[in-house]
Amino acid sequence: MAEYSAFSLLKNALSGNKDWKPAWRKPDPKASYDVIVIGGGGHGLSTAYYLAKEHGITNVAVLEKGWLGSGNVGRNTTAVRSNYLLPANTRFYEHSMKLWENLSHDLNYNVMFSQRGCLNLAHTPAQLDDFARRGNAMRHLGVDAELMTTAEIARLVPALNVSATARFPIVGGLMQRRAGTARHDAVAWGYARGADRRGVDIIENCEVTGFLRDGDRISGVTTSRGEVRARKVAVAVAGSTGQVMRLAGIDTMPIESQVLQAFVTESLKPFIDTVLTFGMGHFYMSQSDKGGLVYGGDLDGYNSYAQRGSLPVVDEVMSEMLALFPGLARVRMLRSWGGVCDMSMDGSPIITTGPLPGMYLNCGWCYGGFKATPASGWCFAWTIAKDEPHDINAPFTLNRFHRGLVIDDKGQGATPRLH
Amino acid sequence: MLITCPYCGPRDVIEFTYQGDGNRERPQPASQDLDAWNAYVYDRLNPAGDHNEIWQHSGGCRAHLRVVRNTLTHEISSVAFTRGDHKAAARHKAEGKI
Repeated sequence: MAEYSAFSLLKNALSGNKDWKPAWRKPDPKASYDVIVIGGGGHGLSTAYYLAKEHGITNVAVLEKGWLGSGNVGRNTTAVRSNYLLPANTRFYEHSMKLWENLSHDLNYNVMFSQRGCLNLAHTPAQLDDFARRGNAMRHLGVDAELMTTAEIARLVPALNVSATARFPIVGGLMQRRAGTARHDAVAWGYARGADRRGVDIIENCEVTGFLRDGDRISGVTTSRGEVRARKVAVAVAGSTGQVMRLAGIDTMPIESQVLQAFVTESLKPFIDTVLTFGMGHFYMSQSDKGGLVYGGDLDGYNSYAQRGSLPVVDEVMSEMLALFPGLARVRMLRSWGGVCDMSMDGSPIITTGPLPGMYLNCGWCYGGFKATPASGWCFAWTIAKDEPHDINAPFTLNRFHRGLVIDDKGQGATPRLH
Repeated sequence: MLITCPYCGPRDVIEFTYQGDGNRERPQPASQDLDAWNAYVYDRLNPAGDHNEIWQHSGGCRAHLRVVRNTLTHEISSVAFTRGDHKAAARHKAEGKI
């Protein structure tokens, strides 16, 4: 696996970089596999990687309807954190954080994981108390968290408007130092390469059009490139979950697809070296290694499969940015884009066996799927290999809503646009 | 996105509040059918295409509206007051359509 090293860089540099192998092959689909993973995004690719690496299951196909990186794995804002309140979420995302911390080494691929910290700003004493509670809950489970004063925040982020005359004065914040960002494309490419080198077939431009059945059991899929059979079919298609499940005859899911926009400015000199979130609206920002400020806000707030957003949210995000950073008023926005999020009814994901025999389901990532990529694949691979969940993903069932066991970190109830 | 309120005329989407999926059927208040309540609260059709949904013209006449909107293109094909809904439902029921 260790194709990338100081020695190989030097060797290939001397031979004009003509001898590098493609990061993944472009195989045609075989007639059958042990496992089919539908969806070649971050979660599908990491699932295939951990199936091969942790469970020795290498006769696996990842079917992607577009090209790798064309969906949410290339549309997110790259933030990675594990600052949750409820134990089920904290354990899961902390497992992810620990995988992140070793990911570049594990994949022999630089995912540019940068632990620059994530700071949630508080604007009222009550909100700061709430953050203290969350920080204590995190520390109980061994996750780092610290409360910061306004003076400390002002030193960390000098451009921030911390004055008492700000529209929402900042009274403190909750910092997770081990949080940060990673290069999202590199995560997809690194997992794809790691899975490919272990024998997984990554098949792009292969859209699933239906499911094959053997009695009640799902036994494969029909695709735009022919029938492919498998003992186990795993679905990891984020925003398209409703559509793919409908192909399997399941008409309703505890999910709504909504669009989340993100934005990037022109490149600036070093401006902010942490991930920052605004506690009075919904706004978050970090600076990419190239210099652009990467930021976003709320969902558009209604069902949408359009991978583009609406202007009212653009307006709101920009005004929240200026409330925090008046100095950015003249900075030009370079690009904006939208990703389709499968918003679950409690804001937490679903990683489970079923809902049909022979099928495995990974969905409901809301707008927090990127940070979960390693643990999502790790837990999903475990669930597929052993036909039962790992302790870490056992609470994330599909029927938890009907059983009254929701994992509602924000306490918003079944209103997906508020999670 | 413009929504044509039947009372106020075409208005920008910022005047409206999304009230969610309009396909869900609320069980009778006294119903003890847990599956029906669960389905009402949690299950969604979530179609890619025409979607039957409820909006309130909260920044205008405050009427609740039944809107059919395409979730891929945001094209709106019909807007009507919801307030006739229960009468229409009762009529459909009497005619054996539900």
